[in-house]
Amino acid sequence: MPPATDDLAVGEMLRRHGVSRRGFIKYCTSVASAMALPPWMGPAMAQQLHGALRPSVIYLSFQECTGCFESFTRSFAPTMENLIFNVISLDYDDTLMAAAGDAAESALAKAMHDNFGKYVLIIDGSVPTGAGGGYCTAGGKSAVDTLREAAKGSAAIICVGTCSSFGGIPFADPNPTDAWPVSAIVSGKPIINVSGCPPIPEVITGTMLQFVTTGKVPDLDEHLRPKAFFGTTIHDRCYRRPFYDQGKFAKTFDDEGARNGWCLYELGCKGPTTYNACATTKWNGGTSFPIESGHGCIGCSEPGFWDKGSLYAPLSAPDWGKAGESSPRQVMEIAAAGIGAGAVLGVVSAGSGRLRQYRSEHPLDTEPEDI
Amino acid sequence: MDLLHFARGIGLKVALSIFFLGVTWRIVSFALLRIRREYSKPRESVSKYLIGGLIAVGSRSWPHREFIARTGAGEALGYSYHLGLFAVVLLFTPHILFLGSLLGVSWPGLPSSAITIVSVITLTLFLAVLFRRVTNRVMRLLSNFDDYFSWFITMLVMVTGLAATAHIGGPYETLLAVHILSVDILLIWFPFGKLMHAFYIFPSRAINGALLSRKGATS
Repeated sequence: MPPATDDLAVGEMLRRHGVSRRGFIKYCTSVASAMALPPWMGPAMAQQLHGALRPSVIYLSFQECTGCFESFTRSFAPTMENLIFNVISLDYDDTLMAAAGDAAESALAKAMHDNFGKYVLIIDGSVPTGAGGGYCTAGGKSAVDTLREAAKGSAAIICVGTCSSFGGIPFADPNPTDAWPVSAIVSGKPIINVSGCPPIPEVITGTMLQFVTTGKVPDLDEHLRPKAFFGTTIHDRCYRRPFYDQGKFAKTFDDEGARNGWCLYELGCKGPTTYNACATTKWNGGTSFPIESGHGCIGCSEPGFWDKGSLYAPLSAPDWGKAGESSPRQVMEIAAAGIGAGAVLGVVSAGSGRLRQYRSEHPLDTEPEDI
Repeated sequence: MDLLHFARGIGLKVALSIFFLGVTWRIVSFALLRIRREYSKPRESVSKYLIGGLIAVGSRSWPHREFIARTGAGEALGYSYHLGLFAVVLLFTPHILFLGSLLGVSWPGLPSSAITIVSVITLTLFLAVLFRRVTNRVMRLLSNFDDYFSWFITMLVMVTGLAATAHIGGPYETLLAVHILSVDILLIWFPFGKLMHAFYIFPSRAINGALLSRKGATS
């Protein structure tokens, strides 16, 4: 892993690796295109990178499953190795680095010290705060303390995955470790959320690349996600959308509709409420995405996706939060309670009405007492 | 908890509870009211005035020949938007899924494009109904908050549903949440306003018809 103080500019490093300036501009243009940036951004990115030292990047993993990092390693454009050898200086990543123990922790401290105020902090995983932060520790420090310390000197924080972006599965009810997303703990620093469980590889590397090359936070949505990747719903760009419009839906995962590629809305697809680039960028170098493989979207890039009811209940169905308990049964219970209470109220109302009716028809009957 | 989660979760639960309670309360209190005693001798047998009641349900559902020129257009308008509403509510696949998950049954739906066309026509008819109500002096005098709010909440459900389907005016999940919330409000309002005519219309016609038959009048 190149040291943080490597004084070779990116352009010089690429030249030594036999990459021509023209080839590098073409590469930057293709990256800009993939990120839906304006055409002039490609040459601008190339120019910015060519004379620049590789920016320091610190990658911290907290309460997570390493799925996001696995996804990161599978980026095709740009590839992770291209990114870490030629564009950024990955100064700390406990999954990837050879060093361990004190050597690794020293590398982290050095990178934070040498690049104070300039490094990009990447966080993977939610931050448990329960038990004094004891659910997740490394080098004798809790995740929450490490995050606060590392955040101080960062230029920006990129949260990779739904856990660091929105809390993810650890944050889901009952949240036994009192886990939180990064945005709930750190303030005063630009935060970019690259959500997904895991995020799309090219969305991770693309977002990193855009920030380190332009030095600017991209346009973000209300959940701090780059609009270039999270601007539209999966449903909007889904190749099965015409079947939705035609009212053709698969009823089960192996019926004729499923085999014909019909819409998976009835099987609980969350594509209409999920913002991500799955339907366009796809996975495994553009091979396919979950809906293309026959399973509905589970909405993993949305906040609280794990607590939004059954993954297999249609979006328009009632969400009464009790998995396994059928709605008809619950409706029967609600109806029985409502009808019972309504009947009692009705009898009381009718009795009162009859009394009023009687009094209006027989005013004299009440007069002696009234007088 | 986001808006959509609330709308189709606890919001829907509360709305359904109030709906069932309110509808039962209104029906029971209405059914148990004492019908004013008739002291005149019945002109018809019990079976005949019961049949008269049933006939009234049909005959009052159609404009009388003598008044068809005056009331035909209004009734056609009323029937048309009711049919449109039924088509949209019962034949749009997401609605079938919603009702199916509540009732445990399912049935085939229409393509979304057909439902969109029906929705737009129904919305237009809804506007025409409102126009007629506010421009006709008699209807305007007879109308109160109940009429306008019942119209408004039904219209809101239609508009938000159409917006959600067409992805107009905001993110889909927000539009869907607002649509389901408007349905929740409609369910809560239903028993307490004139939407309750859905339950009263045929029994009241039948009772009127039976009482008239008892007096020997044609129903």
